[in-house]
Amino acid sequence: MTLVPILILAALLFSLGVYGLLARRNAVLVLLAIELMLNAVNINLIAFEAMIRDSLATGQVFAIFIITVAAAEVGIGLAIVLLIFRNRATANVDEFNLMKW
Amino acid sequence: MTNFLLAAAEEEVHEIVAGTGGFFGEYAWIMLVLPWIAVLGIIFFGKRMKYLGAEIAIAMLAFNTVWSTILFVLNITKGVVYEGAVVIAEIGSDLVLELGWVVDGLSIMMYFVVSFVGLVIFIYAVGYMEGDVRVTWFFAAFTIFAGSMLVLVGAPNLVQLIIGWEGVGLASYLLIGHYWEKKENSSAGMKAFYANKVADVGLIIGAIMVGATLGTFRFSELSRAAVEHADDLALVAGMIGALLFFGAMGKSAQFPFHIWLPDAMAGPTPVSALMHAATMVTAGIYLMARTFPLYQNLAEDIRPWMVAIGAITLFAMGLLALVADDIKKVLAYSTVSQLGYMMTAVAAGGYTAGVFHLFTHAFFKALLFLGAGSVIHAVHSNNMSDMGGLRKVMPRTYWTFLIGSLALAGILPFAGFWSKDEILVTLGHEGYTAVMWIAIAGAFVTAFYMTRAVTLTFWGTYKGHGHPHESKPIMTVPLITLAVPAAIIGFLNIPGVEFGSTGNFTTWLGMREVVMGDHHPTAPDWGMAAIGLGAAALGILAGLALYAKDRATQQERDKFEIPVLYPLLRRKYYMDDAALGLVWLIKAPFANAINWINDYIIDGMVNTVGFVTSGLAHLVYGGLDQRGIDLGFNALAYGSGGSGERLRRLQTGQLQQYASVFVGAAVMFVIGFVLFR
Repeated sequence: MTLVPILILAALLFSLGVYGLLARRNAVLVLLAIELMLNAVNINLIAFEAMIRDSLATGQVFAIFIITVAAAEVGIGLAIVLLIFRNRATANVDEFNLMKW
Repeated sequence: MTNFLLAAAEEEVHEIVAGTGGFFGEYAWIMLVLPWIAVLGIIFFGKRMKYLGAEIAIAMLAFNTVWSTILFVLNITKGVVYEGAVVIAEIGSDLVLELGWVVDGLSIMMYFVVSFVGLVIFIYAVGYMEGDVRVTWFFAAFTIFAGSMLVLVGAPNLVQLIIGWEGVGLASYLLIGHYWEKKENSSAGMKAFYANKVADVGLIIGAIMVGATLGTFRFSELSRAAVEHADDLALVAGMIGALLFFGAMGKSAQFPFHIWLPDAMAGPTPVSALMHAATMVTAGIYLMARTFPLYQNLAEDIRPWMVAIGAITLFAMGLLALVADDIKKVLAYSTVSQLGYMMTAVAAGGYTAGVFHLFTHAFFKALLFLGAGSVIHAVHSNNMSDMGGLRKVMPRTYWTFLIGSLALAGILPFAGFWSKDEILVTLGHEGYTAVMWIAIAGAFVTAFYMTRAVTLTFWGTYKGHGHPHESKPIMTVPLITLAVPAAIIGFLNIPGVEFGSTGNFTTWLGMREVVMGDHHPTAPDWGMAAIGLGAAALGILAGLALYAKDRATQQERDKFEIPVLYPLLRRKYYMDDAALGLVWLIKAPFANAINWINDYIIDGMVNTVGFVTSGLAHLVYGGLDQRGIDLGFNALAYGSGGSGERLRRLQTGQLQQYASVFVGAAVMFVIGFVLFR
């Protein structure tokens, strides 16, 4: 199997993530979209790793790192979303303007 | 798995028939795993059930009771030895950590006691805890308690034993502090935890030394090495024995670690019953029994010390029960004293005697605690001053409590007599004559304080408030269920009496893999029985003489006010005070010195510096700053303020606008990279 179909798959997945990030209003779905983008990157890493056959398995290691960090990030993200929801009774991103000025 | 029989000591060795136990032995791990599933079930579904999760725990223990009864029967008829283990980790090249399950006489006995006594106590707890706070949480922690004990008694190696050991410690901390809204209760939980933790250090170091010396943590290998007098083990056996004993002292509340056990009465009464009867405090005795070959064959030097500590515990702590006003504390000191008996017996070389006393004690002490709980439930007070005269209103509680008291005091047909008598005989036979007389004096004290408890609680006239009434059947039926074994279970080990071809308790109890040769009398020692019985009867008579006549208050009733002894006992030998005094001795002068330094030296310096700084600051502020520097800065600030006013309109606070900027920039960067590379 060549590298190209995998890269195309990853690119599609990434684009889908970008779309979700920009277009979705619900903060939870925005977080999901970010996960999609990260996983697109993971696919790339693993694919290149499989092609190069790196003896240190760097690609896989990085993929694991990304999954770990992403899990932590989603944990914190969800906590923030919950707190905002409690204070403002909404989880829609376009209604947050806490960062204004 | 290899079975082998070794004659370890000079005494005759029983013919042991060993079978594997078949299905029930090989799958005995189910008993160890089931409690943890039950804990999860209680946590997730308990609140929605009718009895708030108690059903799951009771079903689990009922299953375990049936299974362990089957194993018990198999043990009697065929002899069961099975040891299975799963490797969970390896340290270095050859030291493996395993979780497993042992099925032999000792562990079957403990499975049965924990499951059966636990089952009865759990059923009782449903009635006792009705309408209490956090009932589901209580049953979850209670199940952890029983489950950890099963893991502990099923342990084939020291590592798993420590896991269960810490598990019961954790559960006891949770349960003693069940009513944590009051500070003393949560402090009692912490005291128990800390006292146990200190002792646990000994156990853990001992376990590490076993692993380092033998290359394995298995009890079977340890026993084998001990029996064969392995050279490497012989060098450190005394040290290992002392360290393991140190751990057992903490768990089994031996002097001077006894301080945590009476305070542990702060938890709900079923907790006290389970902790004192079937779990927790018996763990130390169980450890001594499990490692008995080590003490029997190699660690002989420290055995006199162990006997001495056991003797101090059994006598001095028993005396404390004489002056306690709280009915549960009387029973708590009694437990400490009885644990002293067990420890003394095992240390003196009486494996069967010590473990048999553990076995009978589990039934009658659970019965006594549940009876005390029933009384407390009726009068809403722990204090015996608020009781009295309950014999008529609570007949079932009274009669079962009386049976438990007679069993504990060691009156002839009841269970406690047989096991205590065996301990006395063993002490005599092993040449610890002085200790034997202390133990006989202890029997006198035991009978004395139980007479006091029964008299103050059930006889005379009622001194409390409100109208006590008999508890519901869900509480009295468990009492009756426990009263039966408390009365008759001692018959299992009458010296010289064998049940057909299957032997008696002594033969069933053997750790089949390594047969120890502790002393088993072939006929009852009627002389010793008469002495023990006489001491107990004297104790009862003395108790009746002092307490039978009704008095109004506790002070009046407590005739035991011997000038020096009484205050000494009331203050618990000043041990708590000594600990506190030591703290004050160090703390007070230290604090005073610090205070003086603070007031005169540091404050003086700070004040001077402050005064000088303040004067300088006035000069600088008035002249230099206001007139000179500020002009320049103000101008700058207005400038940046104005530009900020314009720039901040870019900050809309909309997350997705920022994201679009990022994505746009990234796309432009990619395009630029493609075009101009």
